[in-house]
Amino acid sequence: MTDASIHSPASGGKSSLLALDARTKRRNAAEARFRMYGISAVAAGVFFLVVLLGAILSNGVGAFQQTFLTVEVYLDPAKLDKKGQRDIADIKKVSTFGYTPLVQQGLFDQIEANGIETPLAKRKDMKALISASAAAQVRDFVIANPDRIGDKVEFRVLTSSRVDGYLKGRVTRESVARDKNIKPVHLDLVDSFTDLGIIKKEFNWSFITGADASESRAEQAGMGVSILGSFFMTLVVLALALPIGVAASIYLEEFAPQNRFTDLIEVNISNLAAVPSIVFGILGLAVFIQFAHLPQSAPLVGGLVLTLMTLPTIIISTRASLKSVPPSIRDAALGIGASKMQAVFHHVLPLAMPGILTGTIIGLAQALGETAPLLLIGMVGYIATNYPEGIASGFMDPNSAMPAQIYEWAKRADPAYYERAWGGIIILLVFLLTMNIIAIILRRRFERRW
Amino acid sequence: MYDVHTHRAETNVDDIKISANDVQVYYGDTHAIKDVSIEIEAKCVTAFIGPSGCGKSTFLRCLNRMNDTIDICRVEGQILLDEEDIYDKRVDPVQLRAKVGMVFQKPNPFPKSIYDNIAYGPRIHGLANSKADLDVIVEKSLRRGAIWDEVKDRLHAPGTGLSGGQQQRLCIARAVATEPEVLLMDEPCSALDPIATAQVEELIDELRQDYSVVIVTHSMQQAARVSQKTAFFHLGNLVEFGETGKIFTNPEDPRTESYITGRIG
Ligand SMILES: Nc1ncnc2c1ncn2[C@@H]1O[C@H](COP(=O)(O)OP(=O)(O)OP(=O)(O)O)[C@@H](O)[C@H]1O
Ligand SMILES: [Mg+2]
Repeated sequence: MTDASIHSPASGGKSSLLALDARTKRRNAAEARFRMYGISAVAAGVFFLVVLLGAILSNGVGAFQQTFLTVEVYLDPAKLDKKGQRDIADIKKVSTFGYTPLVQQGLFDQIEANGIETPLAKRKDMKALISASAAAQVRDFVIANPDRIGDKVEFRVLTSSRVDGYLKGRVTRESVARDKNIKPVHLDLVDSFTDLGIIKKEFNWSFITGADASESRAEQAGMGVSILGSFFMTLVVLALALPIGVAASIYLEEFAPQNRFTDLIEVNISNLAAVPSIVFGILGLAVFIQFAHLPQSAPLVGGLVLTLMTLPTIIISTRASLKSVPPSIRDAALGIGASKMQAVFHHVLPLAMPGILTGTIIGLAQALGETAPLLLIGMVGYIATNYPEGIASGFMDPNSAMPAQIYEWAKRADPAYYERAWGGIIILLVFLLTMNIIAIILRRRFERRW
Repeated sequence: MYDVHTHRAETNVDDIKISANDVQVYYGDTHAIKDVSIEIEAKCVTAFIGPSGCGKSTFLRCLNRMNDTIDICRVEGQILLDEEDIYDKRVDPVQLRAKVGMVFQKPNPFPKSIYDNIAYGPRIHGLANSKADLDVIVEKSLRRGAIWDEVKDRLHAPGTGLSGGQQQRLCIARAVATEPEVLLMDEPCSALDPIATAQVEELIDELRQDYSVVIVTHSMQQAARVSQKTAFFHLGNLVEFGETGKIFTNPEDPRTESYITGRIG
């Protein structure tokens, strides 16, 4: 009662509600300042996000387009099937080197046919324009259709990555000056062909579906096989980490006695979540490959390593969502004679489900984007070149994963690969975004609003 | 004013449902219940009264072993239900709780429909053979919980969407749906208005025909209205236990007298 006078601002006089006293003013000013800090923090975050996305998009979009050229190839029987028996074994003896001149000739003929003036007078000059993959493509066609030998067949083949870069603006006449592979005269020819519609930029499905290619064939490389690698790995993680993680959390949270031992386990799980992923990689190398002799570079091993890495995340988030279920629900169930297990599975788990699913999907997304541990078990390098033949080989055959493939491309010298690395990041982000959207949808669906 | 209902006390006294001998309860090092011995009769309402924190809820929870869910809680002594020790190693608390139902202080309906709230117990105990059976049980239980008229048109609406008082009656209905032999109620009316309270009290009186009911209450009037026996707890001790009429008109212990006259607690 006596201290009321200490707090009253004007000694003696009554304070008015219409005039702010000094304390209120200071408090309001502090609040306004805090709002400003918050808004600028959010703005900074949004700014960086926009810059990042802009950079990724502007650098990576190019990878989704590829330059193709249309060429009529004369499948010369004298070269492709010398014996004339149309025997598939004979045809297979002709390597891609036998096809290269035919493709080059096809393009070379176009110069004359369209009356283009160019100092390039030799068939071999066409080499700079055509991807090395073109000969292989024609060969595959001939092996599949031996009866077409002797015909003129139209093919849509990849241009070399220099031509592709020229059409995308990556390769310029200035940069070509120092390039051994292509000369300005070639670029003039490319211009003419582009005007004629022989060379065209198109959407590049094979970047999404294709396999990795060697250093010199950037134009051919795609993410497809490493997407499969990531897919099989994610399957392993989902099949192992979800049941193990959820079962462990339910046991620890609902059934385990509270004692030193469970405390120790708890501390260790929290610590595991903070262990750098590369540590899991070397653990996987030692345990799964050197000790258990599982195949190197296999998605199975990658999946096992990532399972170890994701488990703590799933356990922690599952336990948190189990904890957030009000204990009164458990009491209610136990009070009418439900067993502990019934209480957990009928009442607690459904309420915790949105949290569990969110945690799991975030864990999976984390696993999907993880690179470091894959380096140690050899899932990086020029390996994502063949499609797996069936489910078993999908798990066991050497493969890469999306982030490892991106890392691999970023390492390569050819600037065309640099563009592909950015393109790969776009694909990876699309996958992660999809998973997050699924997480949100699942959470909405399972959330009970009552 | 307390002697209105004392005539109810003349039940068959020899029928003991629960008998506790020298029960001690510890929460870690805290000694929450000290040397409590009490006999709870069948077909009779027993009220536990006493100041806050004296251990009424703790003792009540011993009677259906809900204390098992609290890790640090330790119960010593003997509690017999129909002359069987409920703390015997062979006793499954789940079976016990089907016989000894409980209504909690705070209404705790499941986040499911009203129908499922009631049907859950009968379902897990296999009390209904068909959907029609279950419908009958649900209606009967909701009627006994004095809430049927309010919810009969929205049985499939969420139980958590009811008002606090309605939720509590739903919980009572849920507890009686499994046909327990003993019903433990921890301050069931603390969230109810006088009308709902009267309904619940009427229900308790009705349940007495078949069950024994133990009710914790802070309202002396309520204890006087609904119970035949009253137990007064103080600081973990059972100070006095006897006919409700006698406790309220002529208590033996001075602590009981000061409590019911409002001097302690
Ligand atoms: N879970 C617990 N852990 C530790 N101590 C507890 C626990 N529950 C109750 N206690 C202690 O046991 C004593 C008795 O508590 P109890 O809840 O039985 O009191 P009560 O008589 O029901 O009180 P109220 O009328 O306020 O509900 C109190 O001192 C309380 O602090
Ligand atoms: Mg209590």
